[in-house]
Amino acid sequence: MRPTHPLADAPKTFDYAPSLEDRSIVEIKDRYRLYIGGEWVAPSTRQYFPTQDPSTEETLSEVAKAGPRDIDRAVRAARRALPGWAQMKGSARARILFAISRILQERAREFAILETLDNGKPIRESRDIDVPLSAAHFFYYAGWTDKLDYALREPGHRAAPVGVCGQIIPWNFPLLMAAWKLAPALACGNTVVLKPAETSPLSSLLLVEVLEEAGVPPGVVNIVTGAGETGAALVAHEGVDKIAFTGSTEVGKAIQAKLAGSGKRLTLELGGKGAHLIFEDAPLDQAVEGIVRGIFFNQGQVCCAGSRLLVEESVEAKVMELLKNRLSTLRVGPPLDKNTDLGAIHSKEQMGRVRSYLQAGQDEGAVLWQAFFEAPKKGFWCPPCLFTNVTPSMKIAREEIFGPVLTIQSFRTPQEAVALANNSNYGLSAGVWTDKGSKIFALSQQLQAGVVWANTFNQFDPASPFGGYKESGFGREGGLHGLLPYLAQR
Amino acid sequence: MTRKTSILLNPSERDLLMPPCLLVDAVGLEARAAELRKRSWKKEVKLEAIERAISMTDLTTLEGADTPGRVERLCQKALRPDPNPDIPPVAAVCVYPNLVATAARVLEGSPVEVASVASGFPAGQVPLPLRLEDTKMAAENGADEIDVVISRSAFLSGRLEQVFEEVQAFKEAAGPARLKVILETGELGTFDRIAKAGWLACEAGADFIKTSTGKVKINATPATALCMLHVVRDFEAHSGRVVGVKVAGGIRKSKEALHYLALVLETLGPSRLTNRLFRFGASSLLNDLIRQWKKQKTGRYMGPDDVCLD
Amino acid sequence: MSADHIHKTYKLYLGGGFPRSESGRSLKIEKASRSASRPPQILAQIARASRKDLRQAVEAAQGALGPWARARPMLRGQILHRMAEMLDARGQEFEDLLVGFGLSDRRQARLEVEVSCDRLLWYAGWSDKLGQVLGAVNPVSGPFFDFSQPEAMGVVAVYPTERPALLSLVSTLAPVLVGGNSSVFLIPYEAGPVAITFAEILATSDVPGGVCNFLTGTRDELLTHFAMHRGFSANFLVSDDPREQKLVSYEAADHVKRGKMVPQGTPALWRSNACQGLDWISPFLEIKTTWHPIGL
Repeated sequence: MRPTHPLADAPKTFDYAPSLEDRSIVEIKDRYRLYIGGEWVAPSTRQYFPTQDPSTEETLSEVAKAGPRDIDRAVRAARRALPGWAQMKGSARARILFAISRILQERAREFAILETLDNGKPIRESRDIDVPLSAAHFFYYAGWTDKLDYALREPGHRAAPVGVCGQIIPWNFPLLMAAWKLAPALACGNTVVLKPAETSPLSSLLLVEVLEEAGVPPGVVNIVTGAGETGAALVAHEGVDKIAFTGSTEVGKAIQAKLAGSGKRLTLELGGKGAHLIFEDAPLDQAVEGIVRGIFFNQGQVCCAGSRLLVEESVEAKVMELLKNRLSTLRVGPPLDKNTDLGAIHSKEQMGRVRSYLQAGQDEGAVLWQAFFEAPKKGFWCPPCLFTNVTPSMKIAREEIFGPVLTIQSFRTPQEAVALANNSNYGLSAGVWTDKGSKIFALSQQLQAGVVWANTFNQFDPASPFGGYKESGFGREGGLHGLLPYLAQR
Repeated sequence: MTRKTSILLNPSERDLLMPPCLLVDAVGLEARAAELRKRSWKKEVKLEAIERAISMTDLTTLEGADTPGRVERLCQKALRPDPNPDIPPVAAVCVYPNLVATAARVLEGSPVEVASVASGFPAGQVPLPLRLEDTKMAAENGADEIDVVISRSAFLSGRLEQVFEEVQAFKEAAGPARLKVILETGELGTFDRIAKAGWLACEAGADFIKTSTGKVKINATPATALCMLHVVRDFEAHSGRVVGVKVAGGIRKSKEALHYLALVLETLGPSRLTNRLFRFGASSLLNDLIRQWKKQKTGRYMGPDDVCLD
Repeated sequence: MSADHIHKTYKLYLGGGFPRSESGRSLKIEKASRSASRPPQILAQIARASRKDLRQAVEAAQGALGPWARARPMLRGQILHRMAEMLDARGQEFEDLLVGFGLSDRRQARLEVEVSCDRLLWYAGWSDKLGQVLGAVNPVSGPFFDFSQPEAMGVVAVYPTERPALLSLVSTLAPVLVGGNSSVFLIPYEAGPVAITFAEILATSDVPGGVCNFLTGTRDELLTHFAMHRGFSANFLVSDDPREQKLVSYEAADHVKRGKMVPQGTPALWRSNACQGLDWISPFLEIKTTWHPIGL
C-alpha cells in the first residue's frame, strides 16, 4: 500500500487573492474646466459638480457645468475650426487620426484604470475591450479620411463634411462612445462639440491630451461637461448641423421632437431589450457563456444587452442548471481587481432604477434568483439576477432595466420564438443559438434587430455597423455605414 | 458477459437528451478558455496553486533512449523535486512498460505512483491482442496507472462500437490499476469529436480521459481541456461516476499550468483540484513550477542552476 | 353626364380590394363651367377616407409586410416591371385622366406617363442589387463572419403630391416597394381618379393585397392621424409646407420613425433624375448586421 500523497485531498474552498491594479499611474486633477477652442476655460455658470468612483463613492474630481453661453462659445469655436479641418488634405487628417489611435494604445493602461475608476466597470473589461476597441475605432476611421468618395456609392458626387456636430454620449462606455462618435465625424472633416455624461466625464477629458499630442487643431473637438440641460442646450443651438445621441429612448425621442422641422441631421442610438434565443440544438455550454456575456457584460448596463432570454422548453431545465452553476463562479467585486467579472453599478440613480425593477418584477409575480453576494458597505452593487415565471406583459420583460437582470421565458417552436422576440418596441440586438445553419439564417432574417449575434453575443468591431430598428434609434455606427451620417454629397 | 452499451450507440429513452458537452461551438469554447488565462494569481494562493500543480504532475519520460538509470533518476526527482522539503512530490512517474519494474522498485512505499503507457502507445496500430498483452504486462509489473490510447483509426472511420469495446477490454486488462484513456485530441479534428471520444471512454470505464500522447503535432490546449472538463461534468451527472482529466504534451510553463487550474476551478469547482482528478503529463514543467514557487517565496527570479536536473 | 358613358366610381384601395370609405363619405371633383351662370360640372365622386379607414389600411399593410419583405428580390423586380408594362399599355387612359381632371396639359401628361414607365423600370432593376450595393461583408478582427444587409423597414406612410399626380405617386411608390416595405398612401383627393386607376394596375400586377393601400381624402383631415399612427415605421412626405413638415417629423418622435422629405417641386423636376435615386430607397431600409463564429 502506498501512503497517501500529502496533497491528495481537494481544498474545500479555493479563491484567487485580491489582485488590484495600481491606480497611481493615473493623474486625476482636482478640477476640470471646459475644453473649448483648444483651451481650458472656466464655465460661465461658475459651477462645478463632482464625479465619483461608484465602487467607493469617493469623489474623484470636480467638473465644470457648461451653460448655454458655453455651448454657444463651443459651437462658434467648432464653426471657426471647420473650414481648416474640412479642407485639410484627407491624408493629413488620416495621420492625426492614426496618431490618436497609437497614443491611446501607448497610454492604454492609464485609460483603462481611469475608466474603471470613473465608471465602476471591471478592469478586465476596460483593459481588454473599452480601450483597445477605442483605439481600433480611430485606426479604422483614420484609413477612411482620404477615401471618403468610395463610401458615397453615388456616382458623380463628392464627399463633404456635414459641418458642426453635437455629440452626446452615455456613461456606460465613456471612452468607447467618445471614440465611436469622434472617429467617423473627424474622418469626414466635421468639427465637434462633445458632451460626455455627467457621471463619467474623466476619460473624455483625458482624451484631450491625446488629441492635442496627435495634432488635432484647436476648435476641432470641444468638450463641454454637464448634465441634461447642457445636452439640451447643445441640441437647441442653431449653429449645430447634426446631432448624434446615444442614450435612453426617452431622451432620444425628446431630441427628435425638438429637432422636428429644423432640418438638422440626427442619428440616435437608444435603448434595447435584446431577445436571446436558445434552441435545443444549440451548443449549450457556449450558449451559457453567451448568456453571461449578453447580460452581465458591464453589469448589464449595455443598450444591446441580451436581457430577455427565450429558451426552447425542451432544454429549459438544463440551461437553467448550467446557467446557475456558471453564475456561481462569476466574481462580483472591486472593479480594479483583475479577477473581477462584475464591478459596481454606475451610480446611485442607476442602482435605484435597478432596485425598483427587482421589486416590480417580484410584485408582478416573477420569481427572483440572485447569485450569492455580500455587498460592501460603500458603493453601488448588484449581483447577477435571474427572473423566472416571467410573462410577456410584465414590466421587467418589456422595459429596459440596464442592469444585471435577466428575464427567462420559454418557447415551443421557432415561430413562437420569433414572435416573442419581436414583440417589443425596441430593436437593437438579438441572439440566436443553434447548430443548424439554415435555421440561423431563417431566424436572423426574421428578427427585428439591427445586430443579430448568432452563436455569439456582444461582439463589437470598428468595421461592423451597429445600430437599431424601431425605437432603438436610427443610423449606424461602425463600418462604412457609420460614415454616412457624417457625410454630405456635393 | 453482457455489455453495457453507449448512449451514442443506442440512446435509451432517459438519455434522448444528449449531454450538452457533445455539441460544441469552437469559437465560444476557445474564447471562454482564453478568458481564464487572464486570471491573476497572487501571494499565498499562487504558492498553493503551484504546489497543487506539482502534486498533479505525472513526470514523464517516453523516449526510445530511456534506460533503467535514467528512469531511476527521474523517480528520485519525482520523490523530491527540490531540496526544499516544502515542495511536495509529484503525482506519478510515467514510463514505457519495459521500465515499469525499475520505477516500481524506486517508488515503492512512496506516495508517488507508477504510471505506464501501454496498448501499443502511441499509435495503437497493432492488433488488439498485442495491445491487451501490453496493458496486462504493465499492470503485472507494478503500474498503479496505465495510460492507453484509443484507436483513432477505428474512431475516425466511424467504428465507435469498436472503440468502446476496446476501452472496456483495456479496463479489464488493467485490473486494479487506474485507466487513463488517451484520446489523442490533436488527431480528431474537431471539438465535437473530442467530446464524443471522451464520452465513449468514460462510458467504457476510463478513470481519466487524457488529451495526448505528446507524440503528435497538436497536444493539450486549454480549449481541449475545457471541452473534456465538460465531458466529465456531464458524465458525472449521467452516471454518478467521477472521471479525471489529464492534459499532456507541450505544457512547459507555470503560467500555463495555472491557466489549466483556473479552468478546472471555474468549470468544476475546487473539489476537482486534486491529483486524484486532474493531472499534467509533463517533464520540463516541473522545474518551471519550482522556479516560480521560489520566486514567490523569495521575491527573486531564479537562475538556471537554482533548480535541479532530473 | 350622358347615356353613352358608364359612370365610374372611385373607391379606396385597401388590402387589395376597392371598398368605399367606412364613413360613407365622398368628395366631389368639379370643373368650373364655361359660363358663370351655370353650376360647376361634377367630374367624379371620390371616397373620403376616415381615421378608421386608416386603421384598417395600416392593419392590411402590416399583414402584407412579412411575405413581401421576404419575397425573392427578383420577384419584386418583376412585379415592378409588370406595373410598367400595364402603365405603358394604358398610357392613353392616364393621359386622358390627367388632362380630363385638370391636373396637366396634354403635352406634359404624355411626358408624365412616359417618365413614370421609365421610373418603374429603373427601380425594378434595383430589387436584386440593393444587397450588393448597400450591404457589406465586414472584415472584423476576430474569428467571425460578419455581414450587413439592407432589409425592409416596415410600413411606410407616403404623402405624394397632387401635381404631378401620377409621377409623384410612382416616384414615391416604387422606391418604397422595391426594398420590401408595405405602405399606406394619403392621396390628395384631386389626384384620386389617377391614383385609384393606378391601383387597378397594382391589383393586376401581382402586387400582393395590402402591400399598397391608397386612401383618398383631404390632407388636412388625415395628415395628423397618419403622422400619429404608431403602426408606421417611416414617413415619406412630399411637401413645401413647414407646418406639415414639422407636424410629421414631430409626431415621428413618439415612435422614433424615420423617413424622407422632398419638396413639392415642379413637374419638370419630378421628371428629372433628381427625383429618383438610391437615396430614395435607402431611407426606407434598415441595415442588419449578423455575426457568426468561424471555427472548427
